[in-house]
Amino acid sequence: MSSQDKNPRRAFLAAAGTGVAGLGFTVIAPGLHLMAVAGNADAANAADARKPGSAASPAVRWGLLIDANKCAPGCRKCIDACHSENGVTEKLPDPRQNSQWIRKIELVDRRTGHSTQLPMMCQHCAKPPCVDVCPTGASMKRADGIVLVDRHICIGCRYCMMACPYKARSFVHTPLHEQNPEVPRGQGCVEGCTLCVHRVDKGLQPACVESCPEGAMSFGDLNDASSAIAKQIASVPTTQVRADLRLDPGVRYQGI
Amino acid sequence: MNLKALPQRRRGAEDAQRNAKTLAFPLRCLSLRLCASAVRFFLLAFAAFAISSAPTLADEGGRTARPAIDIANPGKCVAPAEEMRRNHMEMLKHQRDRTLRQGVRGEAASLNACIECHASKQTGSVLGSNDNFCQGCHAYAAVKLDCFECHQPKAGFKAAGVKP
Ligand code: HEC
Ligand code: HEC
Ligand code: HEC
Repeated sequence: MSSQDKNPRRAFLAAAGTGVAGLGFTVIAPGLHLMAVAGNADAANAADARKPGSAASPAVRWGLLIDANKCAPGCRKCIDACHSENGVTEKLPDPRQNSQWIRKIELVDRRTGHSTQLPMMCQHCAKPPCVDVCPTGASMKRADGIVLVDRHICIGCRYCMMACPYKARSFVHTPLHEQNPEVPRGQGCVEGCTLCVHRVDKGLQPACVESCPEGAMSFGDLNDASSAIAKQIASVPTTQVRADLRLDPGVRYQGI
Repeated sequence: MNLKALPQRRRGAEDAQRNAKTLAFPLRCLSLRLCASAVRFFLLAFAAFAISSAPTLADEGGRTARPAIDIANPGKCVAPAEEMRRNHMEMLKHQRDRTLRQGVRGEAASLNACIECHASKQTGSVLGSNDNFCQGCHAYAAVKLDCFECHQPKAGFKAAGVKP
């Protein structure tokens, strides 16, 4: 179903189902008010770096669109790219304790046996439960929608790990060395996908997006109606994982 | 349970002592104040002397240990050296919040910028030995940092696998 559909009622359903309420749909679908400030002329573009000295703009909302149909079975390129970019390389005796900023999950339809792969990471929710539960204010959402852990404030209580429905956060169990200077990380703090904030601020794309050989991931400003990602979301049905929780994630999936 | 009887307080002696203290208090207070202002005066005078005569942290006589401060790269620090000595921790704290929470990048007081400029020519790092910039002075002042459990202390460090 697409929004080019002639039937107006169908078109409406498609738009609501995609989770992309264009300006008119905000009222009907609460929690889906993604397009609050569409077409802001000076909203940043994924292609240019923010000016040095300027703060992240609330007019922008960074997000990802992941096409699960394109995600190749067995491919781990995004995971490897993420983990080398961010220096997530420790190998602990108990592999369950290794940090995991991004992982791949497989969905199998039991009746048909059809399987779908998709990368899963911090969904950069507009209403992040990790931020709600944090006792110190370390878990935070930046003005441009990127959810981060301020590891200067984090005490490692791991409440946010419990609260996250996407299991997107990890705790660092061992002392670390050889960190990427742009991605400081160390023992005793919780961490997770930062949407490669250090790259995004330079005008680059997140490492996972850049690495995907299938082009299954796209990154951009969801609030900017003229951005490729917003256009895509407006034209194809997309899904929010656990939409029932109404967290309004910034990561959208296609084909699941 | 056995409860021991408390020893009897010897009221008289204690009270006399306390009275003596209250009488002496105003006098002592005054003399303390005088002393303090004298000390302050001398400290100020000494500080003025020290700053004007010698750029080092202690007298040239060599009787006091001094931190080894190795300025590896010429150039201008973020602020004058006197201010840096006193306030660099505050600067870093504010910078940290500006960068992480507000997303402001490319500012002068960035920790990575300090490291790029202050890393030793020999080891390429601000840590490692007491000849290295951040460590030497902190060892001298008995300050322990945890910043480098996460932050990379080497200048120009390229972590394995990171694309430019
Ligand atoms: C548990 C890990 C951790 C520790 C310990 C830590 N930091 Fe950070 N720091 C980070 C992370 C993560 C960032 C965000 C990096 C980014 O987004 O570029 C950061 C960013 C910063 C920044 C802004 C980036 C820059 O280069 O200017 C400053 C300044 C900073 N930290 C100072 C400190 C100081 C000072 C200490 C020690 C008192 C410290 N940090 C200890 C994790 C840590
Ligand atoms: C462009 C290079 C440069 C950068 C960047 C820089 N510094 Fe400096 N710093 C210097 C130089 C050169 C001096 C010596 C200045 C002098 O003696 O007048 C100095 C002096 C200092 C001193 C005083 C040392 C003494 O003589 O007692 C401190 C402390 C200091 N810097 C800390 C920092 C910190 C912290 C940062 C990061 C916020 C930083 N510097 C960034 C070049 C730099
Ligand atoms: C001239 C000596 C000197 C140099 C050089 C120096 N520091 Fe310091 N630093 C101090 C002193 C003294 C304190 C403690 C001040 C206090 O406790 O009030 C301190 C405290 C700090 C603190 C706060 C620590 C805390 O737990 O509160 C940070 C962060 C810090 N320094 C970072 C740095 C970094 C990074 C460098 C290297 C770029 C550096 N300093 C170089 C003297 C120095």
